[in-house]
Amino acid sequence: MTFKPQHSLPADDTLALPRRSFLHGAGALTLSAAAVAVLAGVDRAAAGSNATASDVTILNTALGAELEAIAAYQVGAESGLLKKPVLDLAVQFQGHHKEHADLLADTVRKLGGTAAEAKTAYAFPTDQLKSQADVLRFAAGLEKGAVSAYLGAVPLFQNRDLAKAAASILGDEAMHWAVLRNALGENPVPGAFVS
Amino acid sequence: MIPAPSREAPATGRPAGARAGGSLLHERAAAFAASLLIVLLTAPTGGQADDSAVARGKAAYARCLACHAVDYDRVGPRHCGIRGRKAGGVKEYPYSDAMADSGLTWTRETLDRFLAAPLKTVPGTLMTYDGVKNPKTRADLVAYLLSLPPC
Repeated sequence: MTFKPQHSLPADDTLALPRRSFLHGAGALTLSAAAVAVLAGVDRAAAGSNATASDVTILNTALGAELEAIAAYQVGAESGLLKKPVLDLAVQFQGHHKEHADLLADTVRKLGGTAAEAKTAYAFPTDQLKSQADVLRFAAGLEKGAVSAYLGAVPLFQNRDLAKAAASILGDEAMHWAVLRNALGENPVPGAFVS
Repeated sequence: MIPAPSREAPATGRPAGARAGGSLLHERAAAFAASLLIVLLTAPTGGQADDSAVARGKAAYARCLACHAVDYDRVGPRHCGIRGRKAGGVKEYPYSDAMADSGLTWTRETLDRFLAAPLKTVPGTLMTYDGVKNPKTRADLVAYLLSLPPC
């Protein structure tokens, strides 16, 4: 099969997203069935729990990365380099990372841990972000890294419900990565496996 | 273990002073080979990696980008200047006690061991990652990390 990359996001209704304030958060969220299932799993993990201190450490490391991703998308949105519909897409992805962070933080607390907090400042290579493509490439790198990080975390969980929740987030990060690659005109799914 | 090569010419049954020209050449070749072997065996562990390994390692480094960057600290510490640095050695980065007290110094061997199984190598590390299980990918990644310039 010949692959023909799509070199730009279509400016049609398929990518039209609800207007949201990037600065003030996504507001009330309607939970999808998938989100409810993930939440049920982590509640079960917290209630029944064979989750360990090690599991809490894994969750907190992931939480730290999610909080940084939220900040990174904020930088991208405020750069003035992203144009619609890419800007809307970035807002949507940031919203996903906020949902991931909320879930991870809640789970850490339910397991008796102290949730990691966002840093007061993050270092990003803003001097290297000169165009929309630069921002997309930077975001794609973070999303690919997130896929790998969750892939490396899933087998470490003692509690299988937590592993499942992490795998669910992994799938979302992989979709972000693919869409960002597509927006860059690259093969969105460059291989049959991720590493 | 590789046996040290003998500097002696092969036994020919002739007295040392009665060697033919061919034997002399053979002896010089053996001496050259011995010198080469000494150079190879005494090269530092973090010695020059081939460029292709570094390039492959740079590509493999994509998997680290959720938490690490070369030049600045993120969820994980920066990687510039990692070669020969003591574990826990990036100033102002909040390491786990486990990492700070690990006693490791980052060399080809310790990086390989740590990246293969971070939590087994340094129990309690905050790098909650199963590890880079493919030895070749790991070797490439280590080659890239060791190639990074000082911060």
